[in-house]
Amino acid sequence: MSTQTEFVIPVEEAPEPGDHYLNHTFGLASWLLTKDHKRIAILYLISISFFFVLGGLMAVLIRLELTTPEGDLVQPDIYNRLFTMHGVLMIFFFLIPAIPGVLGNFLIPLMIGAKDLAFPKINLLSWYIYVIGGLFTFYALVSGGVDTGWTFYAPLSTTFTSTHVMAVALGIFIAGFSSILTGLNFVVTIHRMRAPGMTWSRLPLFVWAHYATSIIQILGTPVIAITILLLAAERLFHVGIFDPKVGGDPVLFQHFFWFYSHPAVYIMILPSMGVVSELIAAFARKKVFGYHFVAFSSIAIAVLGFLVWAHHMFVAGISVYAAAVFSVLSMLVAIPSAIKVFNWTTTLYKGSISWETPMLYALGFIGLFTIGGLTGVMLATLGIDLHVHDTYFIVAHFHYIMVGGAIMGYMGGLHYWWPKITGKLYPKFWSTVSALIIFVGFNVTFFPQFILGYLGMPRRYHTYPAEFQVLNVMSSAGATVLGLGYLIPAIYLIWSMRYGKDASDNPWGAVGLEWETSSPPPVENFETPPVVTWEAYEYHESTAMHSLAPSSRGSYRVG
Amino acid sequence: MTQPLHGFLRDAPLFPPRASEMARDIDFLFFSTLGVLIFFSTLIASLIFYFMVRYHRRSPNQVGRQPQGNTMLLETAWIIVPLILTLAIFTWGAQIYFAAARPPAGAMQFYVVGKQWMWKIEHPSGKREINELHVPRGQAVKLRMTSEDVIHSFYVPAMRVKADVIPGKYTMLWFKPDTVGTYHLFCSQYCGAEHSHMVGRVVVMEPTDYELFIAGAGGTGGTSSVASGEELFVTKSCNTCHRPDTTARAPMLWGLFGKTVAFHDGRTTVADEAYIRESILNPAAKVVSGYQPIMPTYRGQLSEEEIIQLIRYIQSLKPNAVDGQVR
Repeated sequence: MSTQTEFVIPVEEAPEPGDHYLNHTFGLASWLLTKDHKRIAILYLISISFFFVLGGLMAVLIRLELTTPEGDLVQPDIYNRLFTMHGVLMIFFFLIPAIPGVLGNFLIPLMIGAKDLAFPKINLLSWYIYVIGGLFTFYALVSGGVDTGWTFYAPLSTTFTSTHVMAVALGIFIAGFSSILTGLNFVVTIHRMRAPGMTWSRLPLFVWAHYATSIIQILGTPVIAITILLLAAERLFHVGIFDPKVGGDPVLFQHFFWFYSHPAVYIMILPSMGVVSELIAAFARKKVFGYHFVAFSSIAIAVLGFLVWAHHMFVAGISVYAAAVFSVLSMLVAIPSAIKVFNWTTTLYKGSISWETPMLYALGFIGLFTIGGLTGVMLATLGIDLHVHDTYFIVAHFHYIMVGGAIMGYMGGLHYWWPKITGKLYPKFWSTVSALIIFVGFNVTFFPQFILGYLGMPRRYHTYPAEFQVLNVMSSAGATVLGLGYLIPAIYLIWSMRYGKDASDNPWGAVGLEWETSSPPPVENFETPPVVTWEAYEYHESTAMHSLAPSSRGSYRVG
Repeated sequence: MTQPLHGFLRDAPLFPPRASEMARDIDFLFFSTLGVLIFFSTLIASLIFYFMVRYHRRSPNQVGRQPQGNTMLLETAWIIVPLILTLAIFTWGAQIYFAAARPPAGAMQFYVVGKQWMWKIEHPSGKREINELHVPRGQAVKLRMTSEDVIHSFYVPAMRVKADVIPGKYTMLWFKPDTVGTYHLFCSQYCGAEHSHMVGRVVVMEPTDYELFIAGAGGTGGTSSVASGEELFVTKSCNTCHRPDTTARAPMLWGLFGKTVAFHDGRTTVADEAYIRESILNPAAKVVSGYQPIMPTYRGQLSEEEIIQLIRYIQSLKPNAVDGQVR
């Protein structure tokens, strides 16, 4: 290979794989003190996987308990802790940091042709803050957990429960700073670090989506931090803010809480949408249809996301006029979401579509997100919300968005960039099979929950009337399949790191700066700083052949 | 073959019972929007499957073909069509929601107090029940609700309505049952350890059966709440200031309920449950014009049920009940 340079650092055998970010230095300290965005991405990958497994184990226990109408597996207060900690871990320690922390960190500098993020040390600090927040929450978990639901509604959380509210809230408070710093780092990086020629309208849509996400992280997260401080003031010092017994207003808490926590939903789904745009383009070998519409719809979602929080409170005694305003604003979120779905689907038209595993996840995302989004429209409809609010209908809806959307996108992205991240290929058969298992398992788990909700089964119920059992057993059976589906990739991805075939620099024949460098990339990302003279996703017959040739790096240009 | 299927469907229904006109309206809206959902999901899924097969990559170097011509029309179409659809759905949903917020005149007034983990219900007659609500068929029923502790939510799936039950304020839920039967009552807002046991029944009865039920010995609470309220009015010494004569130091309560009250700062309000509750717990918030703010607060000294008893007693005070001294 032509990548050899003369000043090879004194490590043993460099010649065969070449010098890259994984083998440049060795030892635990070289990882824990790294400022390389690619290594920090790996640190995130390990830590979010830990919390995903932990949250997943709680989901297993929840589904196991719900196979029978009686509460026969665990006591009610244990059940309440299980669903609370499932929500807290999955939302604050998996979904929010997942794609930005792992894929965003790894790819944004590569995609815009930069050496690193704008603030590499702050990037490492973000990870440490996240880990400290996670450890606080983990401490709360092993010392008994918290039973308020992840929503911490007052006055239950401030006055009535005796569980570890403050430890978990402190964990979330701390992790929030990680989220803010990551967002800041991305915004500055995207503004200041783009390679020459990488104009805004040439940015990959993944970068656009992360830009929109970062705006929410920076503007929204301080509000949850303030809310937690107010909660602490009431719980620890009995300052009357939310509990009417001391002169507070419990609905005020919901306004504060959802002012962050609704936009937080878009922190979880927008990066996934960015991933899907990349996958659709790469596996249809085509520029994303309506590039500018898809790019700006991310920004539109980020802005509108701040204006819809009270749709969580339609039955909380708010004024009917406020409810009407929030209902119509919530409907508007459907427009940029629909723009994305229609543009992705149209991109497939006359594409050159390959059925690689990442593409299966992307197509699964579009279908499941469509169902999740349209049931969101139903929930935003005031008359329907009266009935299905706080039932399993909403549980099914947000799992279609979070699991069917956000996690599908994350899995697709992980499979797409795995060869770039590790330099290894995973077995196609097993990855295809597990993608299909996950899709089937997901639907069997969550579709019955829509029906349960329409039937009137409230969420967060430890026991339930016997007529709901058949659908609950279906859901639990599906969850078993889904769990198995997640287990297979965990096995073959880890397996591939040691035994997988070496990946070429551009195994998918995709365009994009990240495919212009070696797999895995060198510490500096690019041998020579790239200059961009082409639009995003420009596929031509000649370039496809070109990109498929392994040693064409550096000379790739499109006229 | 049909027998086990029939049994299965009976044990695991796919449709909840429906017991009010509004439940039918909400179902119609629900299934209409579900139709929109099915249409678009099927459209997207079919297109994806068709394109996947039709445009499957045939040679390793093949790339997609870019669309020709003006794509603005398409982009505009899929902005305008969803916009019109969602605004139509919004309007329809808002109509039902507004109707659900406005109980018909002459609705029977029930009181509900939620507490961890039970529902305490009081009939217009003063009869009380726990975790059960018996109502007559064909009569609009209005529940005025509050909570003794945390937030609960009163949910009757058969009526398709719910409302949160919030400490510190009164919320309202109404429905007009039109089918006799026994229906689920759920607490749908998570309220602590025994949340899933905060359940009960709504029993819709023929009006004649309801009369018998009210007259009968069922339920709890021997004395009517008006009587209990009158007792409280004396034991809490409300009667020392709130006297039915013009020399009293406190505003006249006889004939007060439903009237407009003027305050010293020029504001006015209609004397309803929320106003009376506030005046008991936070008397200085609204001081009636012409009176001094001398009333002490009763915060922490009365349970929500006792406050409701006082309200009902004040409601019962008619102007003509006092011998000719009312203005």
